[in-house]
Parts: sequence; C-alpha cells; structure tokens
Amino acid sequence: MTEPMVRERPLSPHLQIYRPMLTMVMSITNRITGGALYFGMALFVLWLAAAASGADAFATVQAVYGSWLGLLVLIGFTWALMLHTLAGIRHLIWDMGLGLDLKSIEWGAVAVLAGSILLTVALWLYVLLRGTAT
Amino acid sequence: MTSFRTPLGRVLGSGSAKSGVHHWWMERLTAIAAVPLVIFLIGFILATAGGDHQSVVAAIRHPVVAVLLILAIIIIVRHMQLGMQVILEDYVHGKLALLVGLLANTLFCIAVAAAGVAAVTAIWFGA
Repeated sequence: MTEPMVRERPLSPHLQIYRPMLTMVMSITNRITGGALYFGMALFVLWLAAAASGADAFATVQAVYGSWLGLLVLIGFTWALMLHTLAGIRHLIWDMGLGLDLKSIEWGAVAVLAGSILLTVALWLYVLLRGTAT
Repeated sequence: MTSFRTPLGRVLGSGSAKSGVHHWWMERLTAIAAVPLVIFLIGFILATAGGDHQSVVAAIRHPVVAVLLILAIIIIVRHMQLGMQVILEDYVHGKLALLVGLLANTLFCIAVAAAGVAAVTAIWFGA
C-alpha cells in the first residue's frame, strides 16, 4: 500500500484577499436580506394572527409595530423585501442567460441598490404623509 | 454511460442525492410566483396600514384578498424554506448541527405557514 499523500493543498483566494466590490456586496446582501425576510414573515403572520384573535390583540400588535423601534424594523423589512425582490428578478434574468456581460452585471448591481432605496423611500413617504388609512 | 464517480465514492454512498435540480427549480418557480404576490402584499398593506381592526378584518374577508393572502403565505414560506436550507448547508459544517438546523428550518416554516393560513381562514369565515 502506498502512503496517503499528506501535504498542504493550495487554497483559492477568499474574501480577505479580494478588494470589496459592489457586485460581491450585492450578492451577499441578497442572501442576508433573504435571511432577514425569513423572520420578517413571522412578523407579518403575527399581525394576521392578532387580527384574527380580536380587536384587543390587534391593537397591542399595532402599538408595538407603530412604536419607533417597530417602525425602524418595518422600514428595514420594507428595504429588505424591495432589495431581495429586485435582486431575485436580476437572478431570474441571469437564469435566462441574459445580461451576463460585465457591463450589465455592474449596472444591475447599482440598479438593484438604487431601486430598493427609492422604492422604500417612496412607499414610506406615501404611508407617513397620508397618515392613518381609510 | 460511463460513471464519473470513484469506486470509493460509490461504496461510501457519497454524492448526489438526485434532488439538486428539483431544489433549484422549485426555488425559481416560487420566486417567479412570489413577484406578483409581493406586489399584491404591498398593495394590501398600503390599503390597510394604520387602519382599525374592523377595516383590516373587512379587507381580509373579501374572498379574492383571502385567497391571495393564503397563496402568498404558502409560496413565500416554501421559498423561505428552500433558501434557508441552502444557507444552512453552506455555513453549518457539523453533520448533527446541520440535521438539527434543517429540522428546525422545516418546523419553523410549517409553523409560520400554518399560523398564517389559520389566521386568514379564521378571519374569512369568522362570525
């Protein structure tokens, strides 16, 4: 039997080697926002469950979500949802084999980031300027 | 067809479980379905945000709204489960820890979906 080879295998360069670039930041942001939305969905379901439980439970949840901390979480939730949705559409475009050249990829990263911020600001301006609904 | 697997790999039973494409494909399908459903959810929340209990319940009682809410919950939670599975598989290296993580992921997703569907159904058919 020959001895198993034991020697240092070459490692490919990893995160700490590369200069941070917008495209890689947007890539990990898509995953992080996905992870955040995973728990955000529980907040939405909690709101629905409170509505199903009755007026008192609903008022409690509304008060918590309407507090400054609640609003901060909801604004973050909105931004995460906008970014993950736009980034997801970008992925679906890639899956069709489109926009895989460097220029489109760079442009797409900027578009997703800018679009997610613009949409979040627009949605919250609408909600806050309108005041209470119905 | 020639097998590309090594004899050792074959005996150990390591390698593809033949479900990778299904996972990938379901992630895409749920993503495509989620896009219009997310647009609906935003419209629904904009229409009800800040409203009192009565107005929110009245909105959910509309059958189209109720059905779309249930669809959104099921589709998005399935997408959540698939996505979190990949995150766990990428970062959790211990076999037992991964197994526990994947189980927790499945249970959490079932619980969220069940609670959401139950809430909408209770409001929809509630007195």
